[in-house]
Amino acid sequence: MRFGVVVFPGSNCDRDCVHVLRAVLGQDVDELWSGEATVSGADALILPGGFAFGDYLRAGAVASTAPIMAAVREFAQRGGPVLGICNGFQVLLESGLLPGAMLRNKSLQFRCRPVHLRVESTRTPFTRALGEGQVLRMPIAHGEGNYYAPQTVARRLEDDGQIVFRYSDADGRITSESNPNGSLDGIAGVCNAAGNVVGLMPHPERASEEILGSTDGRLLFESVLAGLSRGAPAGDPPASAGATLPRPSGAGARLIATAGRGGHR
Amino acid sequence: MTTVRIVITLKPGILDAAGQAVRQGLLSLGYREVGEVKVGRYLEIAVPEDLAPEHIAAMCERFLTNPLIEDWRVGEAP
Repeated sequence: MRFGVVVFPGSNCDRDCVHVLRAVLGQDVDELWSGEATVSGADALILPGGFAFGDYLRAGAVASTAPIMAAVREFAQRGGPVLGICNGFQVLLESGLLPGAMLRNKSLQFRCRPVHLRVESTRTPFTRALGEGQVLRMPIAHGEGNYYAPQTVARRLEDDGQIVFRYSDADGRITSESNPNGSLDGIAGVCNAAGNVVGLMPHPERASEEILGSTDGRLLFESVLAGLSRGAPAGDPPASAGATLPRPSGAGARLIATAGRGGHR
Repeated sequence: MTTVRIVITLKPGILDAAGQAVRQGLLSLGYREVGEVKVGRYLEIAVPEDLAPEHIAAMCERFLTNPLIEDWRVGEAP
């Protein structure tokens, strides 16, 4: 499968993402310069962390106007899997591809440390191989990760299963101590209504090898690989099987994926 | 050309952590009379003199602010 990693001026986790996808997971990867207006050839897109365009104005704001973002938007609208990590999440928020906004961390401090995350939704291409309630460990590194959404939007996110990750303790409990930045309801990651666009503040690419202390981050990339290799075409929305039905595999999965293509969801 | 001055602040009710920290600093220096402090952004943009105000509004709402969390106003000339 072919990943596209979008590189903005000021991205600084792009190489880490490329390394994990190419060297650890053995996938094809294109680095896509943000000044180009195409993402052609990619089966999945990653918007990496960093400080795109210096985070001037607001984190992710200037990046949302880069030529490549029209192509990213079109790819997302076709149902292609898009993952925004940290600054990439902020870019997706500012682009309107994900709901909500980021405020400065409540503490005003840049937080750089490992956190635990509880998986809240497995309906996205990046979490469908995970279990609901599963606890992952990976690092955060941000100054503006205090997720905010107006009350009506927050309620819709909850009702529609668009909250994908919450900060938790090691046992999966959501507490004020486990919230590193003041995020609304401990939200660490969300998805769009269709589920194919996901953003999270923690860094899965920094937790994908034993030597880095955790391989939990790899599960997100492996999730999208599992989805595509079992026959779902790139750009297909995730199968609606969700967590309540047995996860399909083999020929059966292919049937479901084919049905999904026709919009029977 | 003329210069438009735009002031952007967080909406009422949105946590202004920087404003609170600045207020704390002022209190520490003994300025006990200080109430709420808001930290925002200030922009000067050169535009044609006959530019319609709606254009400024569009710039603010589409890009210069995030309307979920920020308010804007055209500021006074210094």
